[in-house]
Amino acid sequence: MFEWIQNFADWVIYGIFGVVQGTHLGDALNFFVYDTLKILFLLLIITFLMGIVNAYFPIDRIRNFLSRNKLYGGEYLMASTFGAVTPFCSCSSVPLFIGFVKGGIPLGVTFAFLVTSPLVNEVAVAIFLGMFGFKTTLIYVVSGILLGVVSGFILGKMNLEPLLTEWVRKLQANTERERETFELEKMTFVQRLPGIWRESFGIVKSVVLYVMIGIGIGAAMHGYVPEGFFETYIGKDTWYAVPLAVILGVPMYANAAGIVPVIQVFVAKGILIGTSLAFMMAVVGLSIPEATLLKKVMTTKLIAIFFGVVTACIILSGYVFNAVL
Amino acid sequence: MKTIKILGTSCAKCKQMESIVRSTIAEMGVEATVEKIEDIEKIMEYNVLVTPVLVIDEEIKIKGFVPSSAQVKALLA
Repeated sequence: MFEWIQNFADWVIYGIFGVVQGTHLGDALNFFVYDTLKILFLLLIITFLMGIVNAYFPIDRIRNFLSRNKLYGGEYLMASTFGAVTPFCSCSSVPLFIGFVKGGIPLGVTFAFLVTSPLVNEVAVAIFLGMFGFKTTLIYVVSGILLGVVSGFILGKMNLEPLLTEWVRKLQANTERERETFELEKMTFVQRLPGIWRESFGIVKSVVLYVMIGIGIGAAMHGYVPEGFFETYIGKDTWYAVPLAVILGVPMYANAAGIVPVIQVFVAKGILIGTSLAFMMAVVGLSIPEATLLKKVMTTKLIAIFFGVVTACIILSGYVFNAVL
Repeated sequence: MKTIKILGTSCAKCKQMESIVRSTIAEMGVEATVEKIEDIEKIMEYNVLVTPVLVIDEEIKIKGFVPSSAQVKALLA
């Protein structure tokens, strides 16, 4: 599928720049050009497709559906899946969270959404696809959604409502459904496409630097870090590798765009894929900036519990991956 | 005289909407006040689930995406 990009990279590096094929420098440069182009191509396609989905995604109706129907646990899966397809823009997470609570949706279900929303996003998916291939990407997405379900379910059982900030609790007390009176101006599919295209182009533009830095570091490491380097330090029997990776990952706030290419090299050089996936989830799914955003709606204690439960679930999933994959 | 409000925290899309709306108004010479509302409590009074939101004369016109200048023009005309 990406042969044409590889051919182009070969042509640029070995042909135009005349770097000798098979040298460290030549391979690293080729890897850099190829990966950057491949990822940008995937990013454009996937953000555009997700843009179309989002433009037609009936957010209001889904919320009303969730608040009206008892689904015997299915609502967790629905909210979590919903979190996976909602837009990349993290600033919508808080309004959505409040909207859910206000709509009378149980807190646990709302948390399921809140966990998956940053964890599974189109940028991460596109880059995963480019660096790890289809199977690992599918595993990442499915386990991300399951992680939302499990942590949402646990948090839902903990009766955390009193720990919401006061004004949110007030909103919750007089739940009301959104008046569905505002109708978006009617636009045809073709009329909306330029806007969607502009938006996905904007997303790609905003991460392109991170992609290049990430792949640059990755390319350098590929050429110079010896094969199996990490195995000597963090081997298969190192039980603390997963929790260590996750705990290091939580306070880190990196764009998925920058972190995945680096992780790919870690995997290539001997770190277990489960440990790497868990690290990735911790970096992308939980972050300090997110916590500050949430301070508006949750007490510090609730944020701590929320982060604690999700962290524990990520660690657990890391062990499961390492055992299964 | 139109009252225009842009609801949104300080995210990229919200800033984009604000600058497009402001430049379109200037270009059209429409008399309007533009207010950016960043306080989440105030935003939630409009009962929206996604940001950014464009409110013209207290009516929600656009939510969740950044409009083009032409779309804003059509809404202000």
